Amino acid sequence: MADQIDEGLRSELQRQGIWVTSMEELYNWGRRNSIWPLQFGLACCAIEMIATAASRYDLARFGGEIFRPSPRQADLMIVAGTVTKKMAPQIVRLYNQMPDPKYVISMGACAISGGPFKQGYNVLKGIDRYIPVDVYIPGCPPRPEALLHAFMELQRKIDEQKLTGNKKAEHLNAAQPSEFPVPAFGEHDLEPPANPDVFRPLKLERQ
Amino acid sequence: MESLEQIKARAEAAVPGAKIDIVPNPGPSHQSSLLIDNEHAPAVARFLRIDPALRLDFCSNATGVDWLDRTVKKTVKVKKVIDGVEKEVDETQAEFFPGYLEAVYHLYSMTHKHGPVIIRTRTADRADGARLPSLTPTWRSAEFQEREIFDLYGIRFDGHPDLRRILMWDEFVDHPMRKDYREPDDYEYEPTPHDDVLERAKQHYTARPQLDGAENITAQK
Repeated sequence: MADQIDEGLRSELQRQGIWVTSMEELYNWGRRNSIWPLQFGLACCAIEMIATAASRYDLARFGGEIFRPSPRQADLMIVAGTVTKKMAPQIVRLYNQMPDPKYVISMGACAISGGPFKQGYNVLKGIDRYIPVDVYIPGCPPRPEALLHAFMELQRKIDEQKLTGNKKAEHLNAAQPSEFPVPAFGEHDLEPPANPDVFRPLKLERQ
Repeated sequence: MESLEQIKARAEAAVPGAKIDIVPNPGPSHQSSLLIDNEHAPAVARFLRIDPALRLDFCSNATGVDWLDRTVKKTVKVKKVIDGVEKEVDETQAEFFPGYLEAVYHLYSMTHKHGPVIIRTRTADRADGARLPSLTPTWRSAEFQEREIFDLYGIRFDGHPDLRRILMWDEFVDHPMRKDYREPDDYEYEPTPHDDVLERAKQHYTARPQLDGAENITAQK
């Protein structure tokens, strides 16, 4: 509704102490300023994540300081570090246990693609093979400023989510899955090696 | 510390029947090692640990080595009778060496502050015969490292108290540090492939559509 009211009239009213807003705006404002991340780290990126939450970089300025030790209370999963194939089912299970709406930040080269360990036998080539990712941060490891930037990007994304209509947010769509199959330990690799519903890489056309 | 020759002589005297070879290392480190036969390896290990002059009470590292089958070709001069005349002919002979796996232990002495003494044991082959005696009863610190060798190289240690995989999951059947291991094919998205990765990524390529240039002409209009 905010776009249906004249911006000038709105700021005039605000000067008089009357704040006109819409349900959607208020709802998203509340959600984006209180994103509780899940407290877990996988590798060196986690050290940068800890630094981001500490006093110098102070993630609290963006409402993300409450790291929850339980997935039931978390809104955001920061996949900070190398996801080994042995750890991947646990990550997917943690994601499944988080309540909707939930978001994922894939932090660092390893969580995006496997990074320097990409061709190793034991490292998953990106967490986006099994769960949908909202924001990717490149870097090895990314600096705390980069994580703050990703956090702000996520806030922007939440702010733009619609509550009604055709383009409403995915978590409001009952048909949209909020849980994804947990890969099983196979004899040679994880089974399946990627979830085709989630992982749709670009097709490379080469000679 | 004594030289390896002295250690070998004393160990062979202390453990009747033990057969120890010195494996030379011509590299800059000159860290030659003692190759111990499998049957007497636990007794020799015990000797190395309790002998008052050696007291190798600390096993700092245990690791595996994979040696593949190899064929060495040699050119030998052979005397042959050709057309009734004896001649010296060059002949190429191929000699086959079967592969095996090794476990290597680096031993130090905390008491005497000396080391390392490197010992190794060798399996019969790389398949069913990949068995070695465990040295965990002598050096407790070898327990996890022998589990790792079992996990990554597939050497089974007889006498190990708890021989399970330690890094890979229990359902896994391969041994990734073996030289003939091939990792599963998940090379479907490699934007910047090179070398071996390029060869494997090529199997996933879709051919670029052949353009004849006509579409550019229509675009210019």
